[in-house]
Amino acid sequence: MPEATEGAVVAGAATETTVSTVTTAGGAGGSGGSVGKPRSLWSDAWGDLRRNPLFVASAVLILLLLTMACFPSLFTSASPRNGDLTGAFLKEPEYGKVFSPEWLGYDGQGRSIWARLVYGARASVIVGVVVTGTVTLFGGLVGMLAGYFGGWADSLLSRLTDVFAGIPFLLGAMVVLTSFEVRTVWVVSAALAVLGWTQIARVMRGSVISIKQQDYVMAAKALGAGTGRILLRHILPNAVAPVIIVATTALGGYIAAEATLSYLGIGLADPAISWGIDVSAGKDQLRNAPHVLLFPALMVSITVLAFIMLGDAVRNALDPKLR
Amino acid sequence: MRGAKSAKWVVGAIVVAMAATACNGGGDSKSSSGSGGKPAGYVSVDVGEPQNPLYPTDTNETLGHYVITALYSPLVKFDDKGKILNVAAESITTEDSKTWTIKLKSGWTFHNGEKVTAQSYVDAWNWGANIKNNQKNSLWFNDIKGYEDVHPEKGDPKSDKMSGLTAKDELTLSVELKNPVPYFQYKLGYVPFMPQPQAFFKDPKGFGQKPVGQGPYKFEKWDHKKLIQVAAYDGYKGDDKPKNKGVQFKQYSTVEAAYQELMSGNLDLIRQIGPKDLPKYKSDLGDRAIDKPYAAVQSIVPAFYSEPFKGIDPKVIQGLSMAIDRQTITKTVLNGTRTPATSFTPPGVEGNQSDLGVDVFKFDPAKAKDLIKEGGGVPGNKIWIQFNGDGGHKEWITAVCENIRQNTGVECLADPKPDFQADLDLRDQNKVKAMYRGGWVADYPLNVNFMRELYKTGAEANSGRFSDKGIDELMEKGDNAKTLEESVKLYQEAEKAMVQKMPSIPLWNYRINGGHSKTTDNVVVDYRGDYVMTEVTPK
Amino acid sequence: MGRYVARRLLQMIPVFIGSTLLIFLMMYALPGDPVRAMWGEQAIDEAQIASIKHDLGLDLPLWQQYWNYVSGLFQGDFGTQIASQRPVADVIADAIPVTLRLALFAFVFTVVVGISLGVLAGLKADRWLDKGVLFFTLLLVSVPSFVLGYLFQFIFAMKLGWLTPTVQNSEDFGQLFMPAIVLGSLSLAYVTRLTRTSIAENKRADYIRTAVAKGLPRRRVVGIHLLRNSMIPVVTFLGTDLGALLGGAVVTEGIFNVQGIGREIYEALNRHEGSTVVGIVTLLVIVYLCASLIVDLLYAVLDPRIRYA
Repeated sequence: MPEATEGAVVAGAATETTVSTVTTAGGAGGSGGSVGKPRSLWSDAWGDLRRNPLFVASAVLILLLLTMACFPSLFTSASPRNGDLTGAFLKEPEYGKVFSPEWLGYDGQGRSIWARLVYGARASVIVGVVVTGTVTLFGGLVGMLAGYFGGWADSLLSRLTDVFAGIPFLLGAMVVLTSFEVRTVWVVSAALAVLGWTQIARVMRGSVISIKQQDYVMAAKALGAGTGRILLRHILPNAVAPVIIVATTALGGYIAAEATLSYLGIGLADPAISWGIDVSAGKDQLRNAPHVLLFPALMVSITVLAFIMLGDAVRNALDPKLR
Repeated sequence: MRGAKSAKWVVGAIVVAMAATACNGGGDSKSSSGSGGKPAGYVSVDVGEPQNPLYPTDTNETLGHYVITALYSPLVKFDDKGKILNVAAESITTEDSKTWTIKLKSGWTFHNGEKVTAQSYVDAWNWGANIKNNQKNSLWFNDIKGYEDVHPEKGDPKSDKMSGLTAKDELTLSVELKNPVPYFQYKLGYVPFMPQPQAFFKDPKGFGQKPVGQGPYKFEKWDHKKLIQVAAYDGYKGDDKPKNKGVQFKQYSTVEAAYQELMSGNLDLIRQIGPKDLPKYKSDLGDRAIDKPYAAVQSIVPAFYSEPFKGIDPKVIQGLSMAIDRQTITKTVLNGTRTPATSFTPPGVEGNQSDLGVDVFKFDPAKAKDLIKEGGGVPGNKIWIQFNGDGGHKEWITAVCENIRQNTGVECLADPKPDFQADLDLRDQNKVKAMYRGGWVADYPLNVNFMRELYKTGAEANSGRFSDKGIDELMEKGDNAKTLEESVKLYQEAEKAMVQKMPSIPLWNYRINGGHSKTTDNVVVDYRGDYVMTEVTPK
Repeated sequence: MGRYVARRLLQMIPVFIGSTLLIFLMMYALPGDPVRAMWGEQAIDEAQIASIKHDLGLDLPLWQQYWNYVSGLFQGDFGTQIASQRPVADVIADAIPVTLRLALFAFVFTVVVGISLGVLAGLKADRWLDKGVLFFTLLLVSVPSFVLGYLFQFIFAMKLGWLTPTVQNSEDFGQLFMPAIVLGSLSLAYVTRLTRTSIAENKRADYIRTAVAKGLPRRRVVGIHLLRNSMIPVVTFLGTDLGALLGGAVVTEGIFNVQGIGREIYEALNRHEGSTVVGIVTLLVIVYLCASLIVDLLYAVLDPRIRYA
């Protein structure tokens, strides 16, 4: 996976683990032999998840982040834009005043760092969710078609996947983003999605190939079910588990990728608020006021950690081999 | 097991290949690492890879400028007040500002031993002006008669010589201009006006990599993206003979890395302290810190075709200017790297007026609000400041915008473009939404350079498309003045008139923030903020 | 085997053309004009710009430019940089040894530390050591490299003074230590986790029980039987990772002042030096394609059951 380096995590490894997962997950759906009850895997998984402390911890964190993204004003009264250069330039944190504007100090524009962190959550969450959603839909579709139809369609789609996979993720995203004069969260999301879908496509393809040979798919075919029905009713529910595993882990990677691009000055840009931008600004204060760099960096890391932990928990629950 | 065996062979091959490349890499670099050492008596400075080959007529950026001025000596240079001093020229005279006679000092030779004659100048300038040679500074020869013949708007050049250029005798050069230019001798201090030896014209490409000039230093080597080394030229005849044995121009990819090298004594001069070290460099370096002003202005420029500024009352722009707390921003966000501007020209250029007799550059939020109200406000009550996101401008643009927003109630947003090219592209195409970041470093230290090029109707660098008849007339008067003094005076009048029209909002003038090592001394800064390398003495 | 390789090589051709075309088109679509930008804010000279573009072939239609580029590529000509007028091949050749050293250092670090940690954790699955390693890898994955880079710089160079904060001499492996670890940290996390999972699964396999029952020494069981069979997913990952280490170091090289491919491409992108960007990406695509082929061939070494026809 060329995308495995440099912040753009995108779970290079996840693909590989799913090489083994593909067969097992498919097998689990199949060996249950329960065409009518594909849910057994899911309800099992859910039971598993609830008892996993990793999952509980990450879920709480993610819920918090989501609330922050939707209702930032619940968390702070300060504005993330109002700078006060005369009074608050690089003011030190006052750790005693938890959740007040001065809690984590002020940045090089005299703005409250806590307020910046709270308002920065939105960009990260949107990018993470939108990219993961798009990538799963598009990559999933390509992978399913390639895997199910095989032959020429497969060759064509697989080579297309290779073309996009061959371009290094971060570099590719940089080139795409440079061509946009205005870079909103949507543009950044699109750039990441354009280069990120290949992984899901490959996982889906492998998963579909192993499932389409299962007896129940053959049976449905023999009974004269249409292609659409077979794909949606029989193959998709059983092939989707490995995709979900990859997607949840990748979500954290996309958030890190957004921060990395913003840090490089190629992702989001002022007046947008993003942790990556703040890390980039904070690096200039590394000697003078390290707290300006520290807190946004910490926030990115915690957020990515939350999603990676979630991905881990989901994998443990969905991959019977790991139980 | 056949498959397995051949696959094993593949693995073996990879290992060998990897080992080979690794060794190769190591071996390669050993030869170049030798260049890291510095010969005794040399001084090193953090000047990175010049943008283009080393032609005087093609160099228009600081890094190349450093190297070119080491290798070539200009006809004239300037003192720190912007007054002219002769270097390679014995005298420069004119009767009518149209025909200029340049007498060269005798006895000068190029580094290859060839004599420097008037013809060396004529040929070099003709070559540089020729459109076929793709030289970026060719426009500088535009004043000379016959320029259109070698540099037509379209098609091939009619001639390879400009008719206005003649070598009267071995040391006398006559330049006839198309129109009188009372300050032409100032332009002659800029890089394109250097001579070239005859050998240059046989192999310009080779000379671009290994230039031969008549300056204080002769070229030694260019290790691309690492280092350029020049040695003091024994046969140098100028008064500014090098006080060191040579110079190394060393490349660093970050200013922080260069600073580390300065601290550890591996680098003698640093031109720019990184933002990370700026708050501390004076305590790090003590009296080795360098902090001096130079002739460059940063401003924000309204695009006079844009929605918010079309047909605007200049009072509004004056108001915006007064809403900006230049003192605080230069002290905090900019870490003392700039001095608040008080006019359209920076100090250190001939004709600069520090006091224009107005308060437009003062911070006064109350008056700012009043002026904007009087002038009818900004249409849409919203402005943007466009800048290139890769140039380190973000912080001060944000601060300026916040000042405007909080003090006047006009919404102000930073409008970053991914890079300089995208930024320039929008300026060229008249697509700036409201304002853009402007910056101008003196080509020659004369007030004219900061007005004519930027604010005259139709001037190439006038991207705000400012146009005012009165101002144009004043500038034209200055261009047609009989003497330099008169011209400077008339331009000073134009500057005073500009305050009432506000073609831009000057913010601050640049300072150079650098430092030198314990083993060097006597570091002098010129009007462009460049170190005068010949003056640096190794201890 | 031969036919398999031939088929794979053939498949590379459309992928190669597709990738280069894609990047070429992207560079072409960038706003702004690299030739005009050389004048910056100074007065520009339209006639001169046109003349330079003509000499560089930048005034030709897009398809012709692409054709010229690709046909040049097959003759080993990567094009010429617009501003410096240097051959792109020279520029890349200058940067590659540096990046290669850094990447190989990071790679070796990843392999040695990652596999050792993974084996340890896998053998002690679900004990505190395993949990500790798991948590450590989670942390590594969550901290983006630009954060980790500054963190290392701040702690090890500025506070403790153990290492130089930036690389001054790219031949000094002591100086490359910090950037290499930052660069390799993410891969390290993945390698550790992959090895751990794989070992934990395989150690319950029948052949291991047989080997133990045969009375083979533990070292041999783990070292030969278990490790070899557990390496397939790890090798797959490592194979493609080498290319990523080469190309993905934009951030690390920037933080630590390493003059490699990553810096080169970042600068080239800023200056819109199309041929340089396309050239470097092309190289990376080739590395990626070859690496994935080699990985597939390696399967046969690690798992005798796999055959390519």
